[in-house]
Amino acid sequence: MSDFFTFEDYGRLLGLVHNSLIAAALLGVIGGLVGVFVQMRDMQFAVHGIAELSFAGAAAALLLGVNVALGSVLGSLLAGALIGALGIRARDRNSVIGVLMPFGLGLGVLFLSLYEGRAANKFGLLTGQVVSVAGQQLGWLISLSIVVVVGLAVIWRPLTFLSADPEVAVARGLPAGLLSIVFTVLLALAVSLAVQVVGALLVLSLLVTPAAAAFRVTASPLLAPVLSVVFAVTSAVGGILVALGTSVPISPFVTTISFLIYLVCRVSSRRRMRRGWGSRDDDEPAEQSTVDNSSHMALP
Amino acid sequence: MSFGARTLWSGLDLDLVPGEFLAVLGPNGAGKSTFLRAVLGEQPLSAGTMSVAGRSPGRGNRAIGYVPQQKTLNAATPLRARDLVALGIDGDRYWLRPRSRADRARVDEALSAVGATAYADAPIGLLSGGEQQRVRIAQALVGDPSLLLCDEPLLSLDLRHQRAVSSMIDRRRREHDTAVVFVTHEINPVLDMVDRVLYVAGGRHRLGTPAEVLTSESLTDLYRTPVDVFTVRGRIVVVGTPDHPVEAGRGHDHSHHPDVTVEHR
Repeated sequence: MSDFFTFEDYGRLLGLVHNSLIAAALLGVIGGLVGVFVQMRDMQFAVHGIAELSFAGAAAALLLGVNVALGSVLGSLLAGALIGALGIRARDRNSVIGVLMPFGLGLGVLFLSLYEGRAANKFGLLTGQVVSVAGQQLGWLISLSIVVVVGLAVIWRPLTFLSADPEVAVARGLPAGLLSIVFTVLLALAVSLAVQVVGALLVLSLLVTPAAAAFRVTASPLLAPVLSVVFAVTSAVGGILVALGTSVPISPFVTTISFLIYLVCRVSSRRRMRRGWGSRDDDEPAEQSTVDNSSHMALP
Repeated sequence: MSFGARTLWSGLDLDLVPGEFLAVLGPNGAGKSTFLRAVLGEQPLSAGTMSVAGRSPGRGNRAIGYVPQQKTLNAATPLRARDLVALGIDGDRYWLRPRSRADRARVDEALSAVGATAYADAPIGLLSGGEQQRVRIAQALVGDPSLLLCDEPLLSLDLRHQRAVSSMIDRRRREHDTAVVFVTHEINPVLDMVDRVLYVAGGRHRLGTPAEVLTSESLTDLYRTPVDVFTVRGRIVVVGTPDHPVEAGRGHDHSHHPDVTVEHR
């Protein structure tokens, strides 16, 4: 793979982290796409809850000496299944998550305190360890990413319909329960990928912030996911590139870039709202009403 | 149709012909929405049979266009008016693929039929209630249904939009022979369009033309309490029902006092 990418030209340092850059880019794509539905379905809190259980799973795997990625995926899926089974409705969901999250975090802390290996491994699960993405781990990331992207492509339209317009979508025969479980599973996979790269505490910066920023500046169903992915990839890859020049871990840079993008989008949307669609509401119906009233005047 | 010991209606024999405009009236909780849910296949009948466009009711019947009770759409939804309408065509298709030119043309046509072309590209969350309702009707009609179900489509619209929306629906059924089932609290905005009325109350119903059903005798019999129906300048005013199911204009007064009679315009 290193023949294909020529990071050597950028210096030895870049060559060392090229696995991480691929991982970050993948994560940006996944996070940006999944984030669109996280935003539409108001599942930001679920992202956080799943991340904590994913962290517990990874910590358990670390303690048991098995594959950490596997542990994180299993923890995520368990959280996703619990959230899916116990709280399909938004109101139930949030309390279920609020109950699960501290429990998962507590378990994770317990496992970590029992673990006697390198401290860097422990810290990494919470705040990210992207610089140490190994070849084998990259294989995992790539295959899981493919699963998530293909899964989303299959359910994209029905899930959009269901998220935006649930009554009509159900009347049209869409299986609301099944689609919401499938999405929760895809979300869980995406979260577990993110936990392995940016750590459990900062998952939101790649699964929530980029889509939230994109939604500020566009309502196009094509442009929103595209921008969301661009923002997430920029934050993840940009975070690594900046961090290379310093001795600070990557996560503060990832979160800062993603936050700055959000700020810019917010400011520009405010300006757009002031002169754009927001001021239009009063104009159009007036013209219509003249037509209707006149046609009704003729009635007895 | 009953829930436990409670019967919403029984012995209902209704044949809706293409292009017919049926208004479903009745007090809150009488079973108007349940009637729609039964037609949509979301609620099985407790007894009897029903056939919708030649098949038994089931979810996902493309012959039905559905306009749900108005609920403001999430302002952050990344969909424009035209995208919501397009979901009426392909919202239930798996595997993401580009929309065909023909489908996009149908969306444009549906939007212009409801007079929503001006805001076709506006985010749905930023549309006013009346605008959203037009877009919803476009969405329901874009699949060219043979039956249009509307659940309180005029709720929370001002008089002007009530008329615009109902005359839009009326035009549609005349031009395309689409049968219309219109669940409503307010008969007056659609009085001159309605062919038949299904009035549900207290576990019983009346079915017939507005002139047959909306009379003092018929409603007194249905409610088992004295009800007066007046016609005031082409508008029907029902006085004395336990729940004021038919009201003049706006100003919802869901009072439960049988003798409150504040209905004048």
